[in-house]
Amino acid sequence: MIVQVENPVLEVHDLTVSYDKNPVLWNVDFSIPKGKLVGIIGPNGAGKSTMLKSVMGLVDKQSGYVKVFNKDLDEVREQISYVPQRESVDWDFPASVLDVVLMGRYGRRGLFKRITKEDKAIAMASLEKVNMQDYAKRQIAQLSGGQQQRVFIARSLAQQANLYLMDEPFAGVDASAESSILNLLQEMRAEEKTIMVVHHDLQSAYEYFDWVILLNMRLVASGPKEEVFTPELLQETYGGKLTLLDSLSNFIRQKEFPIKG
Amino acid sequence: MSYSFWIILTGALVASSCALLGCFLVLRKMSMIGDAISHAVLPGIVIAFLISGSRSSLPMLIGAALVGVFTTFLIEFISKKAKMQNDAAIGLVFTFLFAVGIIMLTLFADKMDLDADCVLHGEILFIPLDILTTGTFVDIVPRKIWILFIVFIIVIIALRIGYKGFLITTFDPSYAVSVGISAVLWHYVLMTLVSLVTVVSFESVGAILVVAFLVVPAASAYLLTDNLVRMLLIAVGVGVLSSILGYFLAKWLDSSIPGSMTATLGILFLISFLLAPKYGLLPRKLLRKKA
Repeated sequence: MIVQVENPVLEVHDLTVSYDKNPVLWNVDFSIPKGKLVGIIGPNGAGKSTMLKSVMGLVDKQSGYVKVFNKDLDEVREQISYVPQRESVDWDFPASVLDVVLMGRYGRRGLFKRITKEDKAIAMASLEKVNMQDYAKRQIAQLSGGQQQRVFIARSLAQQANLYLMDEPFAGVDASAESSILNLLQEMRAEEKTIMVVHHDLQSAYEYFDWVILLNMRLVASGPKEEVFTPELLQETYGGKLTLLDSLSNFIRQKEFPIKG
Repeated sequence: MSYSFWIILTGALVASSCALLGCFLVLRKMSMIGDAISHAVLPGIVIAFLISGSRSSLPMLIGAALVGVFTTFLIEFISKKAKMQNDAAIGLVFTFLFAVGIIMLTLFADKMDLDADCVLHGEILFIPLDILTTGTFVDIVPRKIWILFIVFIIVIIALRIGYKGFLITTFDPSYAVSVGISAVLWHYVLMTLVSLVTVVSFESVGAILVVAFLVVPAASAYLLTDNLVRMLLIAVGVGVLSSILGYFLAKWLDSSIPGSMTATLGILFLISFLLAPKYGLLPRKLLRKKA
């Protein structure tokens, strides 16, 4: 079940990626409409993070291509922003919160021009959006997991892009941070931004996203969540992973007798 | 200028250049790359020496620096292609190149005034004696100190201009690539600088102790601050202090100068390890007791 769209923000065509000849993504082909909150869902090792990385050109593609706003990545790099997994960096690095958020301006400003007052104002405004403005001078080692995640999102906001790719922004953050990040993503959607999020929690996925991509090395489905969240497609995505079957049947039961609207 | 002053200045210049680059090596968790480069440049030095016939000429510097960069390239190539741990690849590549260098050194021993002892331990004592003869003010300063000074200035200019590039590719290389900054390019710029500094330093302090100058000031500074610019400045301070104190320690003990400088570095690190206000062992213990 793959719904292709007209004038996609992101188009991934026949993408195949492998590490050391072991395929991680196989013939993945989908397109994403503008102004949606998109969830990439699938079991561990399904290639969710790899897909974001190959869109950003961080891993080599075996075959296929990616178009962003119908152009090659290098032509529209300023329009697209990537939020890596929080664990991918060393948070003991000697830098302040503001130092990190200002990195969001490096791409636009160029490495050899000075950071201007305007850049600083944009960085501070980004911190305000994630409600971290009081932490600007704080050393990054002193932040909690949820605060680190919000700093990463602020850095991404400082790029003033139109398409955001976020790798597990809800991983390892507490419930209040999760809901404040979700609020922010919804505000961004209201401004016609497109946000693609790697997410591993099936329970919350239905509530959070408008458009869902089900991935397990191959693309199982891509489309509006109402059409994608069927027991058959979910089973196809998670099938065989016995540990997950419990939560899966749980979820399907919940969907049949919805608690929330 | 006195003999002691030139020796301390030599140590201070070596320590400062090494300390600045060492900060980025430590933060990138690749301190042992400095070790690898400092040994692996030996064949480059010997070849360049055979071609140019001098120890401190430009072709020698460039030749050796290229070998240094080639070393880091080779290490990455082997660890990727042979699916080997990075540290195993480092151990494999630099010992091999160093051994080739030693063989070449003994083969051509009669053709050059360079020996294994000088390579391993440096000859800081002879540095003030090597004076240029141009008949101008340039002659006041020993030749080697001019070279060390020029390389130090190159390092400062490179870090000043490239600060943001080094910062972002060190902290978060994937993100850097995502905004269009080449992490690979900045990696090799850093490796070129490390090679250059190592090559001009080995003659003064030897191939083994260069590593101490690359790693220890940076590691001490890392414990003393949370700010990268301050970390760079403190590392230079620690390096300079160790060359001053180390010189007098050597005089007092009538012992090796580079050895004493490095031992001083170790002591300075121990002091910051124990007493650093935030991350030191003792202040943390005291805080825990209060809490």
